[in-house]
Amino acid sequence: MLSLMPQIVIANSLADGFVVFLTASNGWSSRVRDATVAHDDADAEVLLRSAKAAAENNLVIDPYLIAVELKGDAPEPTEYREYIRVFGPSVAIPSGQ
Amino acid sequence: MALLKDGLAAADPYMDVSGAEAPDFSGAVIISLPQWHKHKAALSGRADPLGIVLASDEKPALIKDDLEHFSVIVLQFPTFRDGRAYSHARLLRDRYGYTGELRATGEILLEQLHYMQRVGFNSFSIDSPNAVRDWEIAGADLSVWYQPASDQRATATLLRHKTVQD
Amino acid sequence: MYKYDEFDSRLVTERAEQFRRQVKRRLSGELSEDQFKPLRLMNGLYLQLHAYMLRVNVPYGMLSSTQMRKLAHIARKYDRGYGHFTTRQNIQYNWIQLEQVPDLLAELAQVEMHAIQSSGNCIRNVTSDQYAGVAADELEDPRVWCEIIRQWSTLHPEFSFLPRKFKIAVTGSPNDRAAVQVHDIGLRMHRNDDGQAGFEVIVGGGQGRTPHIGKTIREWLEPEHLLSYLEAILRVYNQDGRRDNMYKSRIKILVHEIGADTFRELVETEWAELRDSELRLPQSEIDRISACFAPPDYPRRADAKTLLDSQAAARPDFAAWLHSNIAEHKVPGYAIVNISLKSLAAPPGDMTAKQMVAAADLADEYGFGELRVNHRQNLVLPDVPQEQLLELWQKLNTHGLGTANIGHVSDIVACPGLDYCSLANARSIPIAQEINARFQDLDRVHDIGELSINISGCMNACGHHHVGNIGILGVDKKGKEYYQFTLGGSSGRDAALGERTGRGFPAAEAVDAVESIIATYLRLRASDERFVDTYRRVGMEPFQEALYGAA
Repeated sequence: MLSLMPQIVIANSLADGFVVFLTASNGWSSRVRDATVAHDDADAEVLLRSAKAAAENNLVIDPYLIAVELKGDAPEPTEYREYIRVFGPSVAIPSGQ
Repeated sequence: MALLKDGLAAADPYMDVSGAEAPDFSGAVIISLPQWHKHKAALSGRADPLGIVLASDEKPALIKDDLEHFSVIVLQFPTFRDGRAYSHARLLRDRYGYTGELRATGEILLEQLHYMQRVGFNSFSIDSPNAVRDWEIAGADLSVWYQPASDQRATATLLRHKTVQD
Repeated sequence: MYKYDEFDSRLVTERAEQFRRQVKRRLSGELSEDQFKPLRLMNGLYLQLHAYMLRVNVPYGMLSSTQMRKLAHIARKYDRGYGHFTTRQNIQYNWIQLEQVPDLLAELAQVEMHAIQSSGNCIRNVTSDQYAGVAADELEDPRVWCEIIRQWSTLHPEFSFLPRKFKIAVTGSPNDRAAVQVHDIGLRMHRNDDGQAGFEVIVGGGQGRTPHIGKTIREWLEPEHLLSYLEAILRVYNQDGRRDNMYKSRIKILVHEIGADTFRELVETEWAELRDSELRLPQSEIDRISACFAPPDYPRRADAKTLLDSQAAARPDFAAWLHSNIAEHKVPGYAIVNISLKSLAAPPGDMTAKQMVAAADLADEYGFGELRVNHRQNLVLPDVPQEQLLELWQKLNTHGLGTANIGHVSDIVACPGLDYCSLANARSIPIAQEINARFQDLDRVHDIGELSINISGCMNACGHHHVGNIGILGVDKKGKEYYQFTLGGSSGRDAALGERTGRGFPAAEAVDAVESIIATYLRLRASDERFVDTYRRVGMEPFQEALYGAA
């Protein structure tokens, strides 16, 4: 099913651990709207290969592809697990520190 | 593979024939447990040094009455997660009184050298470009030991109460 | 509480520096992620859904006010201003940066804390009764033995690569508040006919995918032999525990597969060789550690029951709080106060840095500077003068810490679930919060009475759903979150595993299902029977009928 949907690469940055996305310039951004989108499996493979090289080079950890929908100005993951991963906990973070 | 013995790089005098189908037992060799069982009579009286390798599911009790025949016992760590040989090493040293070379082989993390040394290993077959440096790093990290093990280091408990008595 | 000596301090400091070198090797690329992962896990550092998560041990739930302030400081300096207290008396930080962890660990070491073995296939933080040392019903203070176990298990050379993680709990009271029957090893202290204290040794309990109630393998163990006996158990497990399948590698599976009697024989045979070794505890060491837990010098106070009754009569909210949040202290004139971390304002067990500081200050003002963390994700102030309870309650309320629901329907235990955890299949926190919101009327909460709800977001059961009176397990069903229910679980002296009601419910119907279960209980209960007692009397059927209709 994955191949019918647009895809992006998600990973964690090694040094701080935060979620990052592969960008069009082969860099990494913490903003999902900067993610470069693959529209077919061949493109997706290319992105994943580039991301795995970044993992080998100790920039990121555990890169993988996720399916997204393109609505609004940012890709939106179709699975709820990845949706939470991209947009943060679905519950309010305790505040008033 | 580098061999580290008592903290120093060492040449390995043994030929490991434990995996050979038609093993040549001449000279210093390391054999498997099945080979030992099969050729025990022939191997028992020889003059050349004999070693044996135990897989992590082969308990040392299986050779406890034969220890006098072995000048090296090699315990395998098929992955760094398989910790059975730590117990096997302690049994060999503390229970069965083995005093010869006790060698660790397999997947060994630098940080595990310290634990292995504590349970009685004194040699290591390590896949590292700089085994001696690894050994020195691993040995320098920590200087407090809470539990008695097979290395005779003084535990914190012992030191605490010694201080009080002095 | 226990005070580190030069050896303890040196160990945690050296360990933090060791991790600093390891992080450096990782960041420089000398270590790959595969090589580094076991090292970071041995220091409690996970990679979770959003970021690194650090789990810091709170050994047997004891915290000084100084340590609590340090936890607050860490929340502010290294995280996003809050922390999460877990079901194993630990605290987790959710947004930690790898590069900063060495500094963080060095700061923890300054206040005699660490994250050693808070993860990995090793002996984890030893847990205990949150009322240890102050409970009216206590026979023996379990903390002395917890500390002895903590030291023995720390960086144990033989048992750091076990088949799977290993959890030990100790209780010194007949009313088990440490859930000792659902641990890998549970130790229950009791007295023999001569009045000496010793341990009943329970092995092979646990939750997760295949929950088991532990089996007693020894009714009586003299305390001086504690470590040799534990070492014998661990040595048998390390050699014979399954390593072929991670879901079958806990000790409970070994005990179940070979039988408790065979397991006992193996342990006793091993122990016969070990019992008179150096592991035998010298009395001088037992005395040294016991001295750390000597009771504080309690100023004499009269019992303040009359005063409290009159204060409560004028303030129903205070009366409700007294009813649910106070436990009996062994010293007249004092009370044990539970601080609920189950308000509507935050996820279960979460606490802001500001609240941590407030709790630390209150521990100094209304006690001897001590706090406790319990396995139901709440805190305890152990030594509060009864006559100051009203004043304390008012101050707690100003910090959102005065919720009167301990042991009640809204005191819900929940794992972080899919909002934070990379293993989870479904969210836990929103379900907990919706149930909590549904039960905001204190009169109703107190009318329902003693009831535990536990929610886990996956089979690993960190929310201990198997032992909740009402257990809720989140599952993923074709890309949607569903919640399965179990009833009748308990983790106390009457430990029991809950039974499945039947098919699960989608998230939108889960809270209605809870309502329906509780309405059924209220309809069937005899006088002031607890939920779990009603369930045990009437069985599953009426609840199933309420949930799914007549069969």
